[in-house]
Amino acid sequence: MKVLVAVKRVVDFNVKVRVKADGTGVETANVKMSMNPFDEIAVEEAVRLKEAGAVSEIVVVSIGPAQSQETLRTALAIGADRAILVDASADVQPLGVAKALTQLARKEAPQMVILGKQAIDDDSNQTGQMLAALLGWPQATFASKVKLASGELEVTREVDGGLETVAVKLPAVVTTDLRLNEPRYVTLPNIMKAKKKTLDVLKPQDLGVDLAPRLKTLKVVEPSKRKAGVLVKSVEELVAKLRNEAKAIP
Amino acid sequence: MTTLVVAEHDNAALKPSTLNTVGAAAKIGQPVHVLVAGHACAAAAQAAAKIQGVDKVRIVDAPPYAHPLAENLAALVVSMANAYSHIMAPATTFGKNFLPRVAALLDVAQVSDIIGVDSPDTFMRPIYAGNALATVQSSDRIKVITVRTTAFEAAIADGGSAPVEATEAGPDAGLSRFVTQELTKSARPELTAARIIVSGGRGMGSGENFKLLEALADKLGAAVGASRAAVDSGFVPNDYQVGQTGKVVAPELYIAVGISGAIQHLAGMKDSKVIVAINKDGEAPIFQVADYGLVADLFQAVPEFTAKLN
Repeated sequence: MKVLVAVKRVVDFNVKVRVKADGTGVETANVKMSMNPFDEIAVEEAVRLKEAGAVSEIVVVSIGPAQSQETLRTALAIGADRAILVDASADVQPLGVAKALTQLARKEAPQMVILGKQAIDDDSNQTGQMLAALLGWPQATFASKVKLASGELEVTREVDGGLETVAVKLPAVVTTDLRLNEPRYVTLPNIMKAKKKTLDVLKPQDLGVDLAPRLKTLKVVEPSKRKAGVLVKSVEELVAKLRNEAKAIP
Repeated sequence: MTTLVVAEHDNAALKPSTLNTVGAAAKIGQPVHVLVAGHACAAAAQAAAKIQGVDKVRIVDAPPYAHPLAENLAALVVSMANAYSHIMAPATTFGKNFLPRVAALLDVAQVSDIIGVDSPDTFMRPIYAGNALATVQSSDRIKVITVRTTAFEAAIADGGSAPVEATEAGPDAGLSRFVTQELTKSARPELTAARIIVSGGRGMGSGENFKLLEALADKLGAAVGASRAAVDSGFVPNDYQVGQTGKVVAPELYIAVGISGAIQHLAGMKDSKVIVAINKDGEAPIFQVADYGLVADLFQAVPEFTAKLN
């Protein structure tokens, strides 16, 4: 079975982003970039399925700027077989990405597309679901466990109330949640091997998709800062302040 | 032009998230319809009809909607979409799961997790774990929107008397099926609606130790939450997680115990009215957002705190 994994290059999760003074966006120049953590989990899951003998080929894809090739090389180093970059500006939005992935999925004919549930930069949580809809496939989002049965996937999902298990017919789209797996560290030998794996670059026109963004960002601001707090010296002082000052407890 | 709110419910009753979403819909300033799609869901539809500010309830009662499977629910909403200029759902796992399918099938963008309505086509939403707020404008013919429930006042659940109109159900797409669920049962308030939350992190050390927080929560009538570290370590189930990709909460009082305050955790609670931090590490980032910080051993401080409350 072939699996397609989609990954995104984002600001590293440890970076505390700064809003640009001109309000046009967030400062990303000279900021550390990494593979979206949820996408890393997706690549890891595909590789584990391959190691278990359930998957024959893993194709990893990214829709983004040229530097996304680094992200793809990391995915190849984790264990993907082949990579595709759809060379687009950094301002791609979920609907456009889903359309590009739809065309790639039609070309590559995987049994499963797996990707992170959300990118930690725009926090949209839409792409996987949109892709599934455009393909007419079922989806299993926020996956914390994926089991391959005959012709279907049994997926346990993290939902607000706890856990829910659904069964979806293949082919299907899966989006990953935090606890699906713990991604492996990439080893130097695998990084070297990854350099020899194929990385094709396509243009959006090659897929016949229009990636023009639909939503226009009018401005970006910092959230209002909280007033500075105080350190209390004892539980007694804490309770007194909560009661009398903050009036937060009776 | 009319707004459709897709209700989150369990067939017997509406979830509070539906009320906050109607509250957000009210800000658009046009008539609001509520869709209650379920199976044996007449009670939920009746409850929706009582919400102030709702002009009509549309009920779709059929087996394909017994569980909100995204494939079936999205297809149903798409079949009704042309009557509406705005389609909204709460940004809960319910809404986040199915609504993007609706947007894609309508070939429009979705605006996720809005915290403000500037105008019928302009919304504010958090990005980068809430470290930046973006104002975005949609020129699509139908606006598809998920709503951060903590950012909008709940519509009043009583006093309305909207008509309930039965709408034709769609087919079961047959692509997916519900197998089972494991929901946390608790007498405590739901995390996203609680007035007070007591939350534990890696510093708790074990699931057993969460009993200390439960005792405090019981005295305060509070919900119990947790950081990702506590869930990953198996101390508590996943639905306790507060954070960027867990639950976003904004209670009157958030008490963070043994939580260091990683960016991703702050994203889920920094809009709390009052924040208390108890941690033995004075350098922990949580103290930068806390209104009241106590650098102390939580195993001493928490029982003392509980004892000092009536």
